[in-house]
Amino acid sequence: MLFALQVTVEGAPEWSPVLPGLVILLPLLGFVINGALALAHARRSADAVRGGGELDLPAGDMPLTHTLPTWIGPGVMGLAFLIAAVNFVGMAGVELHEPVIRTYWTWIVTGSLNVSAAIQLDQLSMVMMLVVTGVGFLIHVFSVGYMRDDPGYPRFFAYLNLFVFFMLVLVMGAGYLLMFVGWEGVGLCSYLLIGYWFSDREKADAGKKAFIVNRIGDLGFLVAMFVLFITFQTLDFGEIFSAAPDRIPYGSSMATIVTLLFLLGAVGKSAQIPLYIWLPDAMAGPTPVSALIHAATMVTAGVYMVARSSVLFALSPVGSATVAGIGVLTALFAASIALKQYDIKRVLAYSTISQLGYMFLGVGVGAYTAGVFHLMTHAFFKALLFLGAGAVIHSMHHALHHTHKDEDWDAQDMRNMGGLRRHMPITWVSMWIATLALSGIWPFAGFFSKDEIIWATGAWAGAANAPYPTLYTVYWVLALVTALLTAIYMTRLMVMTFHGANRTGEEEAKHLHETPRVMWIPLAVLAALSVFGGWINVPESISESFLGGFGLLPMGENLHQWLEPVMAGAHEIQAQHLGEISHQAPLLGGGELVWALVSTGVAAIVVLIAARIVGGQKHVAAVDAAEPRGLGRVLYRKYYVDEAYDAIIVRPVHALSRFSWRIVDSVIIDGTVNMVGNLARAFGWVGSLFHTGQINTYAFILTIGVLAILGWVAF
Amino acid sequence: MITEALFVSALLFVIGTLGVIIRRNAIIMFLCIELQLNAVNLAFVAFSRSVGIEGQVFVFFVMTVAAAEAAVGLAIIISIFRHYESVNVDDFNLLKW
Repeated sequence: MLFALQVTVEGAPEWSPVLPGLVILLPLLGFVINGALALAHARRSADAVRGGGELDLPAGDMPLTHTLPTWIGPGVMGLAFLIAAVNFVGMAGVELHEPVIRTYWTWIVTGSLNVSAAIQLDQLSMVMMLVVTGVGFLIHVFSVGYMRDDPGYPRFFAYLNLFVFFMLVLVMGAGYLLMFVGWEGVGLCSYLLIGYWFSDREKADAGKKAFIVNRIGDLGFLVAMFVLFITFQTLDFGEIFSAAPDRIPYGSSMATIVTLLFLLGAVGKSAQIPLYIWLPDAMAGPTPVSALIHAATMVTAGVYMVARSSVLFALSPVGSATVAGIGVLTALFAASIALKQYDIKRVLAYSTISQLGYMFLGVGVGAYTAGVFHLMTHAFFKALLFLGAGAVIHSMHHALHHTHKDEDWDAQDMRNMGGLRRHMPITWVSMWIATLALSGIWPFAGFFSKDEIIWATGAWAGAANAPYPTLYTVYWVLALVTALLTAIYMTRLMVMTFHGANRTGEEEAKHLHETPRVMWIPLAVLAALSVFGGWINVPESISESFLGGFGLLPMGENLHQWLEPVMAGAHEIQAQHLGEISHQAPLLGGGELVWALVSTGVAAIVVLIAARIVGGQKHVAAVDAAEPRGLGRVLYRKYYVDEAYDAIIVRPVHALSRFSWRIVDSVIIDGTVNMVGNLARAFGWVGSLFHTGQINTYAFILTIGVLAILGWVAF
Repeated sequence: MITEALFVSALLFVIGTLGVIIRRNAIIMFLCIELQLNAVNLAFVAFSRSVGIEGQVFVFFVMTVAAAEAAVGLAIIISIFRHYESVNVDDFNLLKW
């Protein structure tokens, strides 16, 4: 503890963080204010409903419960981002080898467990803070436009602020327990926001599904913490990671158990096989929520957790291989489902699952920086895609609502769209940028991050002493295939939505419109980030080549150097046990530059071909469309996984619950209780037989009793 | 001497007890209770010869209480008779559970 408190290393320039606690507290403050406004608003609308009417929002002057959240919600996020950015600049100016710990108070002291409420500022939490507050701010701004007409406006911002607060606790906490607080908190907010329109049964159920599925993963996290506590007698990151290489031998079963348990937690939160099923349903929430929670930040918590615990995962080759395996399988599986979905948000949901799989692959093959890098770039372009989809849905909804066609026409179904580029050019352009970034096309952000993960997989497979080289070669091939699928489904989404003829209907199409400025400015900022965001982490072999403009473009391995102090422990273990990392791709050979060229070239060709094929197909509106046949139907039905889970897990649990209710509870437990009561009654009934009301009987019984007592005394 | 006295006392007590149990007429039952009390009195007097004067003292207590009891008991029986036109205890069975 004392060791960790030593903030600066001798000789290094002093750096003291500027108000780091305020970064966390500002969103909490926003939550408190917006929450109070939401309560006031709810009371007024309840009064209005009780009075027999409905609370009408005036067209011109918005009430205070609407204008205040508009400024406070995004405002606290903007301030938090500014403080985070100031701290980032400060941190970048010094060479920081140890994390800066700010301890505020002692939280729990019981037995040998001693937990402080402390936040940790290091290079990794700084990256996460910037992503969470930065992307979060943009999405808050977007929400001002998107949720403008929603009756629960202040409540929405209250939840959103609360979410950011917990997310910051998650990434800034200086120990596993505080991380777990954030972990559970974001789960709660996710539940609240998925079921934001709770009066719709389906949406409320989706919230419950997310919450319950996450519970399974949280169990793993909890047990992992118990194991760590038994081993280290502490839950602080600093102490665990510095002691781990000595206390847990490389490849020991202890390392495997801890990492697999943490993986279970990460699998739940980050929607990986087998617990990914909640994420597609989570699209029931408002679209900014999908962008912020279910694409950019919360679902990446699992990746952050693995990267944070990189020392532990580096110690367990089995754990790492499992992480990578689950990641690459999920990536492929989800990408194939995305090929045949028609709901625009569902395509993006499966795409998110697939990309999270890539991040898991990255952190599973020991490329922790690459995983965090993809987390960051993905936050940019996936948030952009979701916000763009939100803009499309917003516009579609208005158009369909205008002629009351929205009763049987789905505003999110891509079969009902088509040709939207003429109506929403800004959204169209920015979404294409995000699509190219996601498809991994140079020079967009996704190209660099995804390529690095795939490359790291291949390099691991070829490392001198790598465990399971064949397995990792398979991972590498699957990752390449997934990259192709990514390009296909994203192109399909873009072409079906924005190109070709419009299928919304003539009268409706007149009311399709570009989004207001408050919504498209965040799109533009995210689009810029999707273009340039990848340049911060480009390997030298690429930045020095023509892909980097022969070193003229501002590219470099900045993120690698930036995160090196955090990942140093893991890298040391890897260097000890893996030996020389390969500089050739497995199977076919070829260096990093060659494969970068191949992957971007193939991705570009695939995008073009997919655009031709999807553009050439004849699309009909959803109400007229038949269900796809053959393999298409299997994909459309998501491999029947929900049905399988329903049959294998949900229904047996239902049956077990019914058994517990009908047999265990009603018969056995209630039966025992009732039997005790009935026995007392039966004895009472027998006793009452003596009470005839006849005084002679009483006298007789009394006499018998006296004789009996006398007899007992005498003999 | 004491044996005979106790024997008479026991005999009187048994007669009284059987009378309370068997007979249905409230007046008779009442008299039988008096019989039991007096059987006890006889035993007290018999024992006082060997044990001490206290036995005779207690007999006075018992007689006093018996007199009071007779007054109250007869009053109850009379009021019951006024109500039911009967002193047969089989008719009075409301005193149960």
